[in-house]
Amino acid sequence: MTNPLAAVSLSGVTKDFGDVHAVRGIDLTIEPGEVVAFLGPNGAGKTTTIDMILGLSSPTTGTATVLGLDPREAIARGLVSAVMQSGGLLKDLTVRETVEYTASLFADTRPVDEVLATAGIAGIADRLVQKCSGGEQQRLRFAMALLSDPALLLLDEPTTGMDVEGRRAFWASIRTDAARGRTVLFATHYLEEADQYADRIVLVSHGKIVADGSGSEIKSLASGRTVRATMADVNTDALAALGGVDSVEVRGESVYVHTKDSDTVARYLLTQTSARDLEITAKGLEEAFLNLTGDHAEGAVQ
Amino acid sequence: MSTPGINAAIDPTTRTVPPMGGFNLTMLGIEFRRLLRNKRTMIFTLVMPVLLYLIIGANTKYQNQSEGSGNTSAYILISMAAYGAVLAATSGGAMVANERALGWSRQLRLTPLSPIAYIFTKAMVSMLLGLSSVVAVNIVGVISNKAQMPTHVWIEAALIAWLGSVVFSAFGLFMGYLLPSENVMQVLGPVLAGLAALGGLWFPIDPSTGLGHISACTPIYGLAYLARWPLYGGAPHLAWIANLVFWLVVFVAGAAWRMSKDTARV
Repeated sequence: MTNPLAAVSLSGVTKDFGDVHAVRGIDLTIEPGEVVAFLGPNGAGKTTTIDMILGLSSPTTGTATVLGLDPREAIARGLVSAVMQSGGLLKDLTVRETVEYTASLFADTRPVDEVLATAGIAGIADRLVQKCSGGEQQRLRFAMALLSDPALLLLDEPTTGMDVEGRRAFWASIRTDAARGRTVLFATHYLEEADQYADRIVLVSHGKIVADGSGSEIKSLASGRTVRATMADVNTDALAALGGVDSVEVRGESVYVHTKDSDTVARYLLTQTSARDLEITAKGLEEAFLNLTGDHAEGAVQ
Repeated sequence: MSTPGINAAIDPTTRTVPPMGGFNLTMLGIEFRRLLRNKRTMIFTLVMPVLLYLIIGANTKYQNQSEGSGNTSAYILISMAAYGAVLAATSGGAMVANERALGWSRQLRLTPLSPIAYIFTKAMVSMLLGLSSVVAVNIVGVISNKAQMPTHVWIEAALIAWLGSVVFSAFGLFMGYLLPSENVMQVLGPVLAGLAALGGLWFPIDPSTGLGHISACTPIYGLAYLARWPLYGGAPHLAWIANLVFWLVVFVAGAAWRMSKDTARV
């Protein structure tokens, strides 16, 4: 691996569709061999950004390069593959024909039989695609994506519909290939999955990157707890003045105190005020995500 | 084909671009197998024109009626071969609608296959299907032994019917890009039957009437008259050739225009 070039390099990339600003300026460099999660609610611009990395659309401004090449050039050399969640298969071909067809389009490919075996679909090679289950079709999509031994693999919600075992096996094989220098960028809604399997999480919201770091770095953004209590006549200034308090919100009869020191807040509320029904909750990754992406109301995270 | 070891490091600098935009015979072969597997297409494009000929053209009355250097059965045989070629070429072209609806076109854009190589493949497949249809009608025509015409007319008429159907390959592609559906031929089948009637493929239309003038402007007119021209000999009318070329240009331009707009995720 003496390749000095970034696997993905986006610089000042924007994309407009008429009056809609889908991507509002993204700078992103991904090094070879990195496994990166692209996390964000629907409509954040993830798909638009991935389309530009794949050369399916061009940035309105800015530039996108893949391994130092124009994205279309990288595709023509079989350097980039993508696995979509659905579609992309001809129903009236067999599994083997689909792989043979795809293989025939590349200058260099792995042997069809080897790829079928690796994907665990050698046994159904002569079955028509329309007779395959959703899981089998997903394996077929992976087989097609791995044919050209790509240097960059883009995945859209890769483990949707997989069982726990399948998911573990899938990520183990992704890890093995990353060690050989394959870069993986996957879009996901599963925060746990991003945290568990990605080296790096890139959080996108409203067409911009709002956070970029390791799982633990992203989690530290979510450190602290929320203390909720029922009370009338809240003295928000007094609460905000307590040590470690980040913010105070009043919603109807309830007060929500976001703090790094929940003990102090609880002690204060129970001894100095008329607060009752006290609840203390840890802020999870989900909440950090919602805070960072500013999409509380939409509940965009599944 | 190089087969890098499963544990070898990935080296992007060793990768190359395939020749001819990714066009290859493996792909063409699978595409053709796919066509043969599609029962609806096969019945529609191979069986139907043959049946129409047997029902309409292959009878004693038309066998005994002379037409040009042959008989009326021969006239109907050529018409049905042309109709089969038109149906087959359109079906082949219209396959892109299905492929777009399934997301296959998008999948192909993630491979080195160039759009030109893709269109070229679709055109070749549809022309191969058209050839099968023409050959089927002609073989049945020979076996049923009702149509009579000189051997060179058999061959010339079949060739013109087949080659002229390239207009409808382009038509099928155009419609395939225009109508994003899995069953475009359900719409195009009746349209083609209507155009065939209007173009004078089913029955002759008096060119001096108002209908005759309209007929001369419709897309099947040129092909219908050119395919039957060897039966009569002489010089072909300029109007026939002009009609064929005009519609070819229109449909190719339309297909190219829709293709260039085809950037949407489907």
